[in-house]
This record gives sequence, C-alpha cells and structure tokens, in this order.
Amino acid sequence: MYKNPPLGDRDMKNPITGLNKVFDNRIRLGVMSILMVNEEINFNDLKQMLEVTDGNLATHLLNLEENGYLKVKKGFIGKKTNTTYSVTKAGEKSFTDHITSLENMIKGIK
Amino acid sequence: MKEENPVRPGHPGGQPPLETIQDIKRIMERSSRFISLSGLSGIAAGICALAGAFFAKQILDNYYSQINKVGFTSISFHKLKLDILLIAMFILITALVTAFYFTWRKAHHDKQPVWNNTSKRLTVNLFIPLVAGGLFILAMLQNDDWHYISSVSLVFYGLALVNASKYTFTDVRYLGYCEIILGLLSTQYISYGLYFWAFGFGVLHIIYGFAMWWKYERN
Repeated sequence: MYKNPPLGDRDMKNPITGLNKVFDNRIRLGVMSILMVNEEINFNDLKQMLEVTDGNLATHLLNLEENGYLKVKKGFIGKKTNTTYSVTKAGEKSFTDHITSLENMIKGIK
Repeated sequence: MKEENPVRPGHPGGQPPLETIQDIKRIMERSSRFISLSGLSGIAAGICALAGAFFAKQILDNYYSQINKVGFTSISFHKLKLDILLIAMFILITALVTAFYFTWRKAHHDKQPVWNNTSKRLTVNLFIPLVAGGLFILAMLQNDDWHYISSVSLVFYGLALVNASKYTFTDVRYLGYCEIILGLLSTQYISYGLYFWAFGFGVLHIIYGFAMWWKYERN
C-alpha cells in the first residue's frame, strides 16, 4: 500500500534510511533549524547567523525552495530588496522526520 | 557554521548524530533568543532605582515636615507631584541608558549585533505590558489616586519580564515572578509603597544582575 513504508518501520531495519539527503548539508540543516523557531526571517539575518557568503547561502536556499521546504517572499524596505523565508508544512515534516531518525540513531548507540 | 565538514565515513552529514542535534539546538537558541543581555545592565538599573528611591524619600520627608509646620497647601502638593514625576523620569532614562550600555558592550565583545531579529522581538514583547502599565499609572495619577502606584508598577513590570523571557534568558522569568509577588504583597502594605518599589526595582535587579553575571559572564 505504501510507496514508502512509514518512518517507524524503516527505522527498525536501518535508521540511516530515515535520514533526509537534503539535510546532509550543514548550511541547509542550519537554515531549517532557524526557520523552525522563527516565523519568518530575512536573507541578511540568515547570513549573519550562519556565517556564510551570499552566494553560498543563496544556492542552498534555492535547493531548499526547489524541494518545497521553503516559502520565499520578496519585498522592499525603502528601495532595498528584502527577501524573507519561512518553512512550509512539507519542510516542517521532513525536518522533524530527520530529527526523529537522528534521535533514533542515538538511542540505537546507547 | 562555516563550510561543510569533510564527510566522515559511517556518519551521515559528516558528523555523529548527537553533535548534529546539539548544533541544531544551539542554532535554534541563538536565532530565537537575545543572549547579549548583560547582568551588569541589571546591576546598573538597580543602582539607579535605589538612588532614585533615596531622593524621593528625601523629598517626601521634606514635604511632610513642611506640612507639620505650615499645614497643607495645594501649591506644595503640586510641587511634590512634579518633583516625584521628574525623579521618576530621570531614573527611567538613566536606568535605560546604563542598561543599554552594558548590553551593547557585551554584544560588541561577542561580535553580535545589538539590534537584530531577536532583540527587536524582545523589546516589543517587553514593552507591550510595560507601556500598558505606564498608561495605567498615568490614568491613576490623573485621578489623584497614588496609593497603588508602586504595586501596579511592580506587577506590570513583572508581567512584562515574564512575557519577555521567551525571547531572552529564561532566568528573566524568575525575576518577573518575584516582581509580581512583591507587587501583590505591597497592596497589603500601602504606606510602605516606596520601600517595596525600592526593593523590587533596586535590590532585586542587583541580585538578579549579579546572579546572571556570575552564571554567564564571570570569565
């Protein structure tokens, strides 16, 4: 019935299969962590918190957007562009699933 | 977080899961709470409050001895109100300025911006109950009802701290609880309002500031 068996079933066999490829990257994981606790956040705040370059951050944000994990809102403050990001339902779910499997891995070690 | 870690075999994401989770927790904390708030700010604000309370006490004592000598005059009563109000404004400004200075210094030292997402949210959430309380007190003064001023200021300040604690160190919450309890307690001892006020805004701030400094900034 399931295309992908539920996470719990997969974890029992091999916890690594529950991990999300998209979150292998530390910057993408960082962006998602920040968005989980902030309703929305702009590009510059993200850049400052993650200590990354413009280009690098933009690439990873685009990747997250293409995966449907991010909502992007383009606006203006005066004449300057102000792009804000927030997490989508799908992004929230993928992130929590990813954390759950990380936690399961830790439990497996203990 | 700078660049990607070199991938360590056997560990997805290049690092063990426990470290990854700790990283995530840290960045969630840092991005949602303002942690440059300095304990020294609390101490400075406390000292300002104590000094202000001391001056207010002098003026009040003066006023009452005057009444005993020449009796009540509405001119001297107006002068008293104006003096107290001026002192209150002066304390508020010096407390804010010195508190801001020490926090700015800490943020500067930690190479963090003072005015960012987290400090904006902290300010807004602190000021909502605080401004409401301030307006409430002004309305009380308007009706010459000064009995509960210190109780109201303590309670509203406490509520403001509890509200703001979600956006900075959680320890602020306990200071908030103490201020609320003290404010409610003071309603039962109306004539000691100034002492309660001095204890809440002076002594408690100094104790709290010192505790925070000891916990987070000592080294």
